[in-house]
Amino acid sequence: MKKIRLQTKNIGKTYAGELIIKNINITLREKELVSLLGVSGIGKSTLFNVIAGVTAPDIGQVLLDGFDITGQAGKVSYMQQKDLLQPHLKVLDNVALPLFIRRLNKSQARTEALKYFEDFGIAGTQDKYPSQLSGGMRQRAALLRTYLFSKDVALFDEPFSALDAITKRAMHRWYLALMERINMAALFITHDIDEAILLSDRIYIMTGPPGVITAEITINPPRPRADEFLVSENFLNYKRQIMKLLAL
Amino acid sequence: MRKSPSINHKFYPLFVLIGLLLIWHLITTIGLVPGFMLPSPLDVLRAFANSFPELMGHAGVSLTEAFTGLALSIMLAFVIALIMDCFEGIYKAFHPLIVISQTIPTVAIAPLLVLWLGYNMTPKITLVVLTCFFPMTIALLGGFKTSDADAVNLMRAMGARKWQIYRYIKLPNALPGFFSGLRISVSYAIVGAVIAEWLGGNSGLGVYMTRVRKSYAFDKMFAVIFLIALLSLLLIKVVDLLERKSMPWIYRLREEEKLE
Repeated sequence: MKKIRLQTKNIGKTYAGELIIKNINITLREKELVSLLGVSGIGKSTLFNVIAGVTAPDIGQVLLDGFDITGQAGKVSYMQQKDLLQPHLKVLDNVALPLFIRRLNKSQARTEALKYFEDFGIAGTQDKYPSQLSGGMRQRAALLRTYLFSKDVALFDEPFSALDAITKRAMHRWYLALMERINMAALFITHDIDEAILLSDRIYIMTGPPGVITAEITINPPRPRADEFLVSENFLNYKRQIMKLLAL
Repeated sequence: MRKSPSINHKFYPLFVLIGLLLIWHLITTIGLVPGFMLPSPLDVLRAFANSFPELMGHAGVSLTEAFTGLALSIMLAFVIALIMDCFEGIYKAFHPLIVISQTIPTVAIAPLLVLWLGYNMTPKITLVVLTCFFPMTIALLGGFKTSDADAVNLMRAMGARKWQIYRYIKLPNALPGFFSGLRISVSYAIVGAVIAEWLGGNSGLGVYMTRVRKSYAFDKMFAVIFLIALLSLLLIKVVDLLERKSMPWIYRLREEEKLE
């Protein structure tokens, strides 16, 4: 069994007197791609903010490599649907931002960031401003920024949901190929069933309200998965099972 | 190739201006208004040329006051906006008061300032600061407060300190507003200095204005008025240039788009 990187223990969070999530126990192992699947508004993003350390939970713990990081920002980075690239910074500086925050020497930070431009498919964009990039390219830049923050664990909150279907498919293929190369463990939050099945080793199903984990499904075919997987009987079986669990 | 429409646009106001000057000239030459009350544009030009060294001397004083006041109010605006953005309580307590303070007319407090602070530059600079800090403070504060909360959260998640959030998110976000505020403030600065000078002092465009008014030298009056307008215009232009230089992510992109 691979080493556990990220773990949540019995996380619960109330917001404005309402219980949003309760008893959330999830684990993320080394190099594992895990999805958290649930309908919109179920508290996925609340959980996400708790893990990222931006909000503190009412009860429960977040562990990174066994250390309690509950309520501590600056440990795990995340990426959202909004790329959050800063319009006033060139792509290179946007991507190097986590290194700037760590007070790394600017030119050193830029050199370090530039090393990965090729690998992340954004070579040649370093001197452009984000507004000059397409949606797909911007998400790649945002992913590189996330990677430069923490190379082995990252959170993704519906990162591709704002993209059109074709770009999204291309991004999925690119993301899977990239994940093979960079060995990152990722917790991927989504409401897109197809996306979850395609991109994950395991899927946690979240239902509610309040948001609770009601099932855990392992997707067996090894990564990277061929395009045929998307239209296979196997894929449809997973989808059927998940739809039933989500009571759709 | 099609001519850029913006070039044509610049000519319209120029034509109107020339037209107005012609009408003015006509009114004075046919004697509709007595010449000592309304000098012709040519008289004004002549007065401007004749008293040029004098005018420049006074303008130097007024500009010194305006710039000193402006520099101080920029600093003040940053400090106030920063404090009000950091501390919600201070914001709630002082923001309405600062807004209300702006309903006090400058002209009304200028005499008081002269009485309190004397005939040197201090009351003038103070008045400039009082009129100028407000537009910039409000613009900066607005920029800080409207910064993308998700971007700020991401910065925090990446372990950014407070000053880094200002450095990378809030200040850049406030920059466009700051320049709009600054553009208003620079014209206020000169006017503020001149108004304060009206009420006492030894030199400056306002002092000069009072002197020529007392001797009914209307041509010189007009010359000063135009000089003040010209100076304000120049300063606004300088602000425009600064704005272009400091926000390449907006202006360089626009220029590149035009070229395509």
